[in-house]
Amino acid sequence: MTALRWYASDVWTLTRRDLAHWLARPGVAAVSWLFPIMILLMFGGLFGGAIGGPSGRYFEFLVPGMLALTVVFGLETTVTAVATDAAKGVTDRLRSMPTNASAVVAGRCLADLANSVLGLGILVLAGLAVGWRWNHGLVAALGALCLLVLLRFALLWLGIYLGLVVKGPESVAAVQILVWPVAFLSGVFVDPTTMPSWLGAIASWNPLSTTASAVRELSGSPGWGADSYAARHAVLVAVASALVLTAVFLPLSARRYRRLAA
Amino acid sequence: MDRTGSAIAAHGVHKRYRGGAEGAGLCGFDLRVEPGSVCGLLGPNGAGKTTAVRILSTLLAPDAGEVRVAGYDVLRQAAQVRRRIGLVGQSAAVDEILTGRQNLELFGRLHHLGAAQARRRADELLERFSLPRTGRTPVGSYSGGMRRRLDLAASLIAEPAVLFLDEPTTGLDPQGRQEVWASIRGLVATGTTVLLTTQYLEEADQLADRIAMLAHGGVVLEGTPEQVKSMVGDDRIDIVLNSDTELTWAVEAIGPLSAGQVEVDTADLRMSVPVVAKTQALMRIAGTLSERGIDPVDVTLRRPTLDEVFLRLDSAGWTTDAGRSEVIA
Repeated sequence: MTALRWYASDVWTLTRRDLAHWLARPGVAAVSWLFPIMILLMFGGLFGGAIGGPSGRYFEFLVPGMLALTVVFGLETTVTAVATDAAKGVTDRLRSMPTNASAVVAGRCLADLANSVLGLGILVLAGLAVGWRWNHGLVAALGALCLLVLLRFALLWLGIYLGLVVKGPESVAAVQILVWPVAFLSGVFVDPTTMPSWLGAIASWNPLSTTASAVRELSGSPGWGADSYAARHAVLVAVASALVLTAVFLPLSARRYRRLAA
Repeated sequence: MDRTGSAIAAHGVHKRYRGGAEGAGLCGFDLRVEPGSVCGLLGPNGAGKTTAVRILSTLLAPDAGEVRVAGYDVLRQAAQVRRRIGLVGQSAAVDEILTGRQNLELFGRLHHLGAAQARRRADELLERFSLPRTGRTPVGSYSGGMRRRLDLAASLIAEPAVLFLDEPTTGLDPQGRQEVWASIRGLVATGTTVLLTTQYLEEADQLADRIAMLAHGGVVLEGTPEQVKSMVGDDRIDIVLNSDTELTWAVEAIGPLSAGQVEVDTADLRMSVPVVAKTQALMRIAGTLSERGIDPVDVTLRRPTLDEVFLRLDSAGWTTDAGRSEVIA
């Protein structure tokens, strides 16, 4: 019983540490939450007219994509936090303390999920302001939120793995840059069927696309409506791709963490 | 403590890094540290000091050997060990975005102190290490010395029985070094067992009750600072001269005043003279030089460097059998 109580206490203490970071640097937190709105307005306002999108409702097409992309932006938060702690020796300090190792990860998980959910909430408000609606009721909307959180959970393990692999927080810049090819090679901004077919195939199976399509389906937003398997079973494929990501990177990150001791 | 009452007992520890991992391994590492004492683990870069500390503090698993810290086995009873140790690594392992107080309360809570107790300990330690107790200054804007003191305070949050300090003054300016030394001396007074690693004989001499010298992954020499200092050889007077002729002459004239082998570096016009009675030797050397009207470029009195010590130990056969521990009675 005491062990369980301390486990919960460790998780909460470490989650609170991240909340304290937001309070200590409100500017940094605010920028990370407002950045997706800027991208939404930039692409919707500047390119939306040219791209057009399904039935010319580009903003409505873009908002679900941006929700999924916001979740991917969260990867950078995880990598930065993990890489900084490893480089400063904080990871070693925690490992030399009675704190449970999985509590450290659980704390990271809760803080990062909370960060993403807040960011999503802010982006939803911006989406509503540009005319996007969830048309299929609250239950479907909550289902979409669950899918987004599931993708964030899957990316947590990729983030922990990358954070332990890269040498120091300076390498996070590479992650920041490489998010963009992933974002463009997807159905977030454009219809993958307009791409060369092999690129389009990669783009439509990109977990970012599958989650974006599923959110479009669940909110009744205009989608790209291609007749591929990924498009027809959007929710199923979104869940499956998040589970595959987790199945690959959870063991990899755990192995990497254990190798710190070998 | 353990069966023999040691705070730290390592026997026959082997560690080899595989597959590109960085770090010097250990090869038959033996060490015993008595409760309440300070042991200085002295060695050059690559001797395996950090590896030893990481194994003793449960961060790294040894390939072979037995290690007990505070009476518990570091592999089988890691949780028990972790409750009883503090670790100060080579970089200040603190959260730079938070304040000093937030850091100490964070680590206190994660050491499973109650909220009130963690606050009280944070208060005590901030006061003891002269760190700001109020205000919102993040640790990122602390000076190097302050950051190191906070790091030290964080390692003491749960009043550890055994404290590991891995090169605690590396990268600090002389003032920061003095501050950290003073803090460590304060700790010793409270009865904590301390193992500190250092590359400087002077630092080990200042702080430690016993010094263990590490080379090639094993302890090659162990004793009190006095014993180790006498083993590592005499102080030296370095003289830099103006010309080859002066150097040749000086080697001849000063040689008889030397307590050992005079080393001559013709390229730098430098000679290095081991001496025992420092002031007397300095006066006699200065006298001899001035009698001949020679005004040398430089005359310095210094302790032997760690490299010289290890060269001496190597030539005396001390370190040929890596890992063999020679304990001076």
